[in-house]
Amino acid sequence: MCLGVPGKVIEIHGDIATVDFWGVRREVRLDIVDEPVAPGDYILNHVGFAIRRIPEADIGETLALYEQLIAEAAQDDLMASDVRDEIAGTRERADDRR
Amino acid sequence: MRVRTMLDERLGLKYGAGGRAMRALIEQVCLSGLGAAPVDGIGLAAMDDGAAIRVGDRWLVVTTDSHVVHPIFFPGGDIGRLAVSGTVNDLAVMGAVDPLALTCAIVMEEGFVRADLERVYLAIRQTCDEAGAVIVSGDTKVMGRGEIDGLIVNTTGVAWCHRVVPDSGLRPGDRILVTGTVGDHGMAIMAARHALALEGDLRSDVAPINGLIRAALDAGGEAIVAMKDPTRGGVSSAWHEMAEKSGVGVLIDEQAVPVRSQVRAAADLLGIDPLVVANEGKAVLGVRPDAAEAVLAALKAHPLGQDAAIVGHCLAQHTGAVILDTGFGRRLLAEPEGEPLPRIC
Amino acid sequence: MTAGNAADPTRELKFRDPGRARALVQALGRITTDIGRPVSVMHVCGSHEQAIAKYGLRSTFPRTLNVIMGPGCPVCITDTPEVDEGVALARQGVHIATYGDMLRVPGTVMSLADAQTDGAKIHVIYSTDQVVHLARTLQEPLVFFATGFETTAVATAAVVLRGVPDNLSILSAHKYIPPVMEIVAEMPDTKVEGFLAAGHAATITGWGVFEAFVERHRRPVVVAGFEPLDILAGLVRLLELIRDDSPQVANTFPRCVTREGNRRAQDQLWRVFRPVGGRWRGIAHVPNGNLRLRDEWQHLDARRRFAIDLAALWDYAPSGLAQACICGDIMAGLSSPGDCQLFGKECTPEKPVGACMVSSEGTCKIWHQYGGIPDVGALP
Repeated sequence: MCLGVPGKVIEIHGDIATVDFWGVRREVRLDIVDEPVAPGDYILNHVGFAIRRIPEADIGETLALYEQLIAEAAQDDLMASDVRDEIAGTRERADDRR
Repeated sequence: MRVRTMLDERLGLKYGAGGRAMRALIEQVCLSGLGAAPVDGIGLAAMDDGAAIRVGDRWLVVTTDSHVVHPIFFPGGDIGRLAVSGTVNDLAVMGAVDPLALTCAIVMEEGFVRADLERVYLAIRQTCDEAGAVIVSGDTKVMGRGEIDGLIVNTTGVAWCHRVVPDSGLRPGDRILVTGTVGDHGMAIMAARHALALEGDLRSDVAPINGLIRAALDAGGEAIVAMKDPTRGGVSSAWHEMAEKSGVGVLIDEQAVPVRSQVRAAADLLGIDPLVVANEGKAVLGVRPDAAEAVLAALKAHPLGQDAAIVGHCLAQHTGAVILDTGFGRRLLAEPEGEPLPRIC
Repeated sequence: MTAGNAADPTRELKFRDPGRARALVQALGRITTDIGRPVSVMHVCGSHEQAIAKYGLRSTFPRTLNVIMGPGCPVCITDTPEVDEGVALARQGVHIATYGDMLRVPGTVMSLADAQTDGAKIHVIYSTDQVVHLARTLQEPLVFFATGFETTAVATAAVVLRGVPDNLSILSAHKYIPPVMEIVAEMPDTKVEGFLAAGHAATITGWGVFEAFVERHRRPVVVAGFEPLDILAGLVRLLELIRDDSPQVANTFPRCVTREGNRRAQDQLWRVFRPVGGRWRGIAHVPNGNLRLRDEWQHLDARRRFAIDLAALWDYAPSGLAQACICGDIMAGLSSPGDCQLFGKECTPEKPVGACMVSSEGTCKIWHQYGGIPDVGALP
């Protein structure tokens, strides 16, 4: 099955779009996509039907999401390492007192 | 590690697809039926690209192939070009780069268009000229309409050779090379079948590569220890066979394998891996580490080898297995069942 | 590495960038360390499993993270009687159109591919548009063996609403995913702590459909896409929610998925299909898990148009083997293939009994092929 691949609309005739998938073209039907589609738009194709128009802006949003997740996890780690140092420090001082 | 494959009572399409089922059929029915009598050289039991029979201080290399590709005219080539290239290339990857003679037998369906047949023979002639090969004998048969589909072409080739290169000579550390982009022929055939409604510059790579192999052998000599032409089942089948016959593991850097972007796009759309799809103008080479760069340079200097690349190396562990480093992680490359679609070559 | 092409390679690179992937994998490692115990999560989509397997992502996951493939492969969960219906019709001489991946799925006695070897007229198609075109060309009766989840069912609905030739009828074996997540979540002893939901299905249904599920079962659901970065990002988000004990729905596929989804597609889907209870291979009964044609489309239903002779197929009763199959437990993360008495003996890739052995991405199939979880991480 042609499962969920994104491509770029080249031209449209009625309900049928010619879509470019990185150098190969295929016709894709527009019966079920819920927004008007124009040449130059990206769409998500599933078994010969466009199921979504992918706004360019959302691509940037996705990248920002990845960066955010990476940054959050790094933050957590900085905090964790501070805490670990604290604990290690406390243990050392406790050992010194014995 | 290999489980014995059970054969069916009725033999379906997968038994001609070049993968696991076909190998099981050859082992369990063909070899045991024919009784693989040993020859002085490489015989049936080796299941190599061809046979090699010692004659004095040389080897006579023999190979045969039947071609059933559909459609018979496809972007980049046709059944005639395929028939000559397939046999010339099988000889070449055994080490026999100067074809001595080819035969060409055809079986036609009643009603076959004469102009099409003329076109096929023209392609055979032109491809022979490219390869320096000559057709010396043939056969012609016609079957009733509907009794076969269109045209079947069989070619047999013979050549002399001083050093036979099997597909089983690999050792840990040896490098794996491919002579160019992968998946072109299989994807072109699929695109040409209208059911898929794909348009794009997808063309078969079908070509005789004996000149290319000669250049590699001139550069690498005995450091080239294994060769195979990756037809049905693609480079995946070729790597698996080489790994298993040599008793090594193979680690492939997936990002290093050259694939044309159109081929990758078409494969993505269809959910097919370019690594399991047929090639008809490429070879897989196993080369000792210190000679790999020299062989690569010789390949790249040749018009048919410009996209050649070193794609992996052999391991002592995981014998018989092919491991893929995807760039994101690693996984085992499963041995393909066979060509994803029938009648691809 | 791809040979040069003008069409926007940077876009492709952004979602397949190994550098970002490494950073996300490190993030996964840190979060699982924080959680401090083994964690099991489940995805319910064959395409997710294919992407995970294709990119070798499991070799990068932390050892304490277990990503289980749930019953999300439409190939695997199509039950034997449904395949039998297609096979029986084929053997009765009717032309059958089917998606390629269903060709080799075994029924009680044989698959469509086996029937084809015996001379049955089976056509592999890639879109419902093609089925309509084929019907017009053939002019003989053609049955479309309609398989796949809701994302694929909308394609069937679209052509039905546009009108199909008289000689075409539909054998619907379509399935609907959300109900099966309920079943998995309700299995006693299930270890699954969170779910990765399929991005394509959610493009149609919207992520809102999971809110009630999260309320009821108090386990997070994260919608994820299918590029390697999408999957890793989805898992990072899911593990964060598990670590923080925060059952909610999160969407890491915003470029394709909204809360409401694609209303136009939903309209068409529910105008043509209705959910009914039915059997899923390996799971048994799933309430509302099957999609059947609504009454107003009964004239297109192959089950009404043809007398399907299943008895002709069965020369023995459906085997007791099916009763020994523990695929349901495997998909819920309760057992592994090695725990199954049939694994590798009566149940093999050539002669599969349960769902997990049918699909190229099924847990049992992968284990059988690779001899357990392959340790390919540490290599020269």
